[in-house]
Amino acid sequence: MLLIACPYCGERPEVEFAYAGQAHLARPAKAETLSDDDWAAYLYMRSNTKGHHAERWRHLHGCARFFNAVRDTTSDRFIATYKVGETAPGAGEAER
Amino acid sequence: MTQPFRIAGGRLVAPDRPIRFRFDGRAYEGLAGDTLASALLANGVHLMGRSFKYHRPRGVLSAGSDEPNALVTVRRDDARITPNLRATQVEVYEGLEATSQNRWPGLGFDVGAVNDVFGRFITAGFYYKTFMWPRRAWDRLYEPLIRRAAGLGEAPTRPDPDRYAHRYAHCDVLVVGSGPAGLAAALQASRAGARVILCDEQPDFGNTLRGDNAAAIDAAPTAAWLDQTLAELAANPKVRLLRRCQAFGYFAHNLIGLVERLTDHLPAPPPGAARERLWQVRARRVVIAAGAHERPLVFPGNDRPGVMLSGAARRYLDGYGVKVGQRVVVATACDQAYDDARALATAGIEVVAIVDLRAEPSAVARAGDIPVFAGHTVARTSGRLRIRSVTIAPIEVAGAARALECDALLMSGGFTPSLHLFSQSRGKMRWDADISAFVPDQSAEAEQSAGACHGVYGLGEVLRDGAEAGRQAVLACGFAPAGHAPVAESRTWTGGHLGAAPPATASRGKAFVDWQNDVTAKDLAQAVQEGFRSIEHVKRYTTTGMATDQGKTSNINALAEVARLTGRSIPEVGLTAFRMPYTPVTFGALAGMARRDLFDPVRQAPMHGWAEARGAVFEDVGLWKRARYFPQGAEDMNAAVARECAAVRGACGLFDASTLGKIEVVGPDAAEFMNRMYVNAWTRLEPGRCRYGVLLREDGFVLDDGVVGRLAADRFHVTTTTGGAARVLVMMEDYLQTEWPDLEVWLTSVTEQWGVIAVQGPLARRILAPLVEGVDISPEAFPHMSIAVGSICGAPMRLMRVSFTGELGYEVNVPAGHAPSVWDAIWAAGRALGMAPYGTETMHVLRAEKGFIIVGQETDGTATPDDVGLGWAIGKGKRDFVGKRSIAREAMHRPDRKQLVGVLTANPKLVLEEGMQIVEQAGGKPPLTMIGHVTSSYASPTLGRSIALAMVSGGRGRLGQTLYAARPGGDAPVSVVSPVFYDPRGERANA
Repeated sequence: MLLIACPYCGERPEVEFAYAGQAHLARPAKAETLSDDDWAAYLYMRSNTKGHHAERWRHLHGCARFFNAVRDTTSDRFIATYKVGETAPGAGEAER
Repeated sequence: MTQPFRIAGGRLVAPDRPIRFRFDGRAYEGLAGDTLASALLANGVHLMGRSFKYHRPRGVLSAGSDEPNALVTVRRDDARITPNLRATQVEVYEGLEATSQNRWPGLGFDVGAVNDVFGRFITAGFYYKTFMWPRRAWDRLYEPLIRRAAGLGEAPTRPDPDRYAHRYAHCDVLVVGSGPAGLAAALQASRAGARVILCDEQPDFGNTLRGDNAAAIDAAPTAAWLDQTLAELAANPKVRLLRRCQAFGYFAHNLIGLVERLTDHLPAPPPGAARERLWQVRARRVVIAAGAHERPLVFPGNDRPGVMLSGAARRYLDGYGVKVGQRVVVATACDQAYDDARALATAGIEVVAIVDLRAEPSAVARAGDIPVFAGHTVARTSGRLRIRSVTIAPIEVAGAARALECDALLMSGGFTPSLHLFSQSRGKMRWDADISAFVPDQSAEAEQSAGACHGVYGLGEVLRDGAEAGRQAVLACGFAPAGHAPVAESRTWTGGHLGAAPPATASRGKAFVDWQNDVTAKDLAQAVQEGFRSIEHVKRYTTTGMATDQGKTSNINALAEVARLTGRSIPEVGLTAFRMPYTPVTFGALAGMARRDLFDPVRQAPMHGWAEARGAVFEDVGLWKRARYFPQGAEDMNAAVARECAAVRGACGLFDASTLGKIEVVGPDAAEFMNRMYVNAWTRLEPGRCRYGVLLREDGFVLDDGVVGRLAADRFHVTTTTGGAARVLVMMEDYLQTEWPDLEVWLTSVTEQWGVIAVQGPLARRILAPLVEGVDISPEAFPHMSIAVGSICGAPMRLMRVSFTGELGYEVNVPAGHAPSVWDAIWAAGRALGMAPYGTETMHVLRAEKGFIIVGQETDGTATPDDVGLGWAIGKGKRDFVGKRSIAREAMHRPDRKQLVGVLTANPKLVLEEGMQIVEQAGGKPPLTMIGHVTSSYASPTLGRSIALAMVSGGRGRLGQTLYAARPGGDAPVSVVSPVFYDPRGERANA
């Protein structure tokens, strides 16, 4: 039962949260200029990191806010959580 | 004579409180404090079960939760029957009724023992090589036979009537186990002022220490130190003591699952009392003081009743005052067993010999007067229902085998640290060559092992280790440690053996590694011979370590044997993972109160009571209960639906539409936000008007739909499908918070706040007008797709003129608490005019007659707006909306895409099944090319015949064609038509 540190509410058990996929995927501003392949990459291609993964969570049964997290996918440890619009602390963690 | 094997001095039993109980129908007497195993042994009963596969007679092997053999069923009444309990953990109470398992007709004579005779045909993995021919025999012969033969206990057939409680707790330090290490840790932690939880699977704390008479702690007799320590802990308000409490699982981030047994030991549990309590404990620090398991020896015939662990026999003696036999042989490879042997001899048991695998037993091991056969192994044993003799032989030296008569054979291969909880916490272990054991190495969670499970032996060392673990735990929690570690002597024992005992010429018989799953050393050899090398494969192929005891007495021996057979070291072979639960947990404990009516929340619409009183038949829509139809008299569903449809189209219908999702979208950027989310052009929608909104996913497929009313420039009343409400709101919040946080708009879920009464039919206006206040609902002032704010019967109201039936219709939105009384008023006004309540079935039929889709019925997540005929809803000239880029893809405009059409069967009485596949030719041979499927299908009262909606490849280009619905009874010809069967120009809704 993971403890997740919501940037707004503090540490709460994982049942209060919903996972929300890979983080920092910006919706292309001028999608009409993208080729079908590039658009498909935005829709479907996702990282499958073994190691530090930047991802989104939502505190569904709490403040209901989305936030970002860096989680080690091999140990389920949360390295960091941070608000929407911020960059990951110690950004640029490479895959192991 | 009762309890012929009982002597005085057992520290855990009360000699002045005899208890009567029954085992396999026979009455016995024991003492308060006995386990079923100790009480049976006191009566000279060793035969307690039959093994899983071979049905060999089995006795009790151990004295604790590691017991593999003595599994019993305890029965309180017809509904309270618990199988597969370990007799070593069942506490006897007056009137206890227990039975053995896996035997017929009885323990003494079991027909299943034929398996033992044919044992060589059912070795490891035999089921992968058998039961395959003839194929027909599987259903009628093999499977029923296997089902009857498999398993150990029998599952109860009545629902569990007991109550199970759930608790959550937080603490600073959780200590698992109350042996010396656990108690020392708990003392340190509690004295430092931390909140401590101490749990132990036993009926009381320090039980393992209480049976040990030799030691002194802090210069006091052990028993005195124990009493004092427990009194101190019990008096500390920050300490919670949980007895009979098993830590069964280590979950992420220091959440530990405990099950506390509350009433199973009581002769008469108080009615309504919870039987067990599940604790979910979040501890800042955990100290695992789980001890070590004694290891059996693997030699031929090591499973006869009377063969047991040496330490277990000692425990029965010291703890329960029970002699396990009159004439005992001790087979060992380590020093402790010598101590056990002398203790048994002192108690009056004849210890015939100590058989030591080691050629030179250590100097520490003192045998007293007992003959020692050093450098000897056990070749075989004899005795079917009870051991009668053991044959020993010298190892690697010439010499004759000799048989020793005995009625109990004790064995000790050393000790294995209990790593179950640590392994569950995903900690990494290392091999400690000094003690020949895996020990915890790298923690993955905030925990510390202490004592024997940490690879630390000897009472003094264990106490020090436990205190140190407690100290580290409180330091990490920010407390200052207080006091010193308890002091005691440590004796250094040596020795130990892993894997099969050395064989001898005289060796004969099955040598068991895993007692509960009947896995022998030969099975391991067979697995290796068949090419399995990884311990993970060997484990699964032979099933060693996979029984309910999770390999407590078998894993290391199996591992060592595989290492030997494959010429590798034990650490090279590695250890398999230990799975939770540590010991079996009841379903009841896990379910708690979430059973029957409380399993899932039930959502009821405001008019639920009214519908129920009128005999409505309900259906589940997600968690909602919705009235499906309102049968009158002896009507079946078809008759009720026919009547309700006719009432709606002929006069007026009344429908509870409250379950529809509703979202209030408010703010200066509300219209801009709606524009970006939905396909429609909202900025051009005037306040006071409604529009049918279509919501796509970013991949261009229809996600949801619903009528949206604009109340003001900055306020939209958005409706969604019943099932999609949460999904739509999440999606909206996602975009708002993470893509467009600059937009000033707020979203509020108001699904449960508004009750919605749909009034549909040609008389709707006439019935509503007298009740509505503050809104002119004449056709000129309030055309179709209008919205206005007013009141009805004094309640605040949002009135929407919308129609899902195709008739003149309104949806009256009032605060949910007012809805039932407003409904009553509308009903009172309308019933004399032929108004009828209708349910979801009628609602489905009426909308299908009009070709209105239902998201999730006509769509399946792969339909674009154009596919379902909703291309018109897309706002022209909109720069962007969710899904816009995707629907521009070429593939989204292919002419052969599945498109919404109507299909009419040639036979008007034939109602197609939803899901039926559409094909071009009749009577073809499979595989047929499926070009579409039926999505909705009904008998239409309005048209007097069946109708159906379907998604068909290139459907719009096939109008007029004849296709076929594939049916087992004969493909049905259908003609492709427009999906709007009734009132194609929509005149009735606009009346």
